[in-house]
Amino acid sequence: MNDTDTLIAPVRHSLVVDVPRERAFDVFTRGIDRWWFRDHHIGGQPLQEVVMEPRTGGRLYERGVDGSECDWGHVLAWDPPASVRVSWQINGQWQFEPELARSSEFEVRFIAESPTRTRVEFEHRGFERHGAAGQAIHDAVSGGWGALLAAFAAATGPDGEARA
Amino acid sequence: MVSPNLPLVKTNLKQRVQALADPTRMAIFERIAEAGRPLAVVDIADGLAVSRSAVSQHLKVLKVAGLVIDQPAANRRLYRIEPQSLAELRDYFDGFWRDSLLAFKQAAETPEDSP
Repeated sequence: MNDTDTLIAPVRHSLVVDVPRERAFDVFTRGIDRWWFRDHHIGGQPLQEVVMEPRTGGRLYERGVDGSECDWGHVLAWDPPASVRVSWQINGQWQFEPELARSSEFEVRFIAESPTRTRVEFEHRGFERHGAAGQAIHDAVSGGWGALLAAFAAATGPDGEARA
Repeated sequence: MVSPNLPLVKTNLKQRVQALADPTRMAIFERIAEAGRPLAVVDIADGLAVSRSAVSQHLKVLKVAGLVIDQPAANRRLYRIEPQSLAELRDYFDGFWRDSLLAFKQAAETPEDSP
């Protein structure tokens, strides 16, 4: 499976947040450290902080508890409050990939549904640019759906009748 | 981590997930998925601790949920996985970003000075 011309399906999500789109954009970008899962990082040190520099060309990086920094990607397009596009420069060994041409990217679009409601459309795409590791990286950010399915199944009860 | 009431739930998926929530149906589904070819009821029931008629009932539920497709072959029916339903389930359980985006939603909707 080293055919880099084979497209790998993007990971897409859409959700609605009950805040104005300026705030949604701000929390997603400048506020990324507030919501990022602490165990999702690649640096050697425990995670102290996740930073997205608020400009095109800005870095997305983690800072470890010892102050060391480890890049994850770069802001490819900074367009507040409409959208942000960021490279995902993490290779199949969970290391920083310096080459943009060998990186995937994610784009987040913020669409006002009302002055206090925002639809957030997320897409992580271009996994094939990671080369042979593309599918594995796709699967990694997609998560072990089998385990989640089992958890969901457990939550809905043995007879298939949802308890909630 | 995953609740049935998440705002991202596609309504047509609920029935599918519930169909798979039964361990026997899950086993039947896995058996068909792993076979890589259409299976007859007798093949599916072989080795399972349930009767052939019980397997047929479970297959009916999986079929109604859109998880399997059946096709007539000679004097029996062959069952295979409906690939689109699998793709949709997979999208739904795209775990890492999905969970992260829900954490983002919670952060956005929580005032800054809250813990």
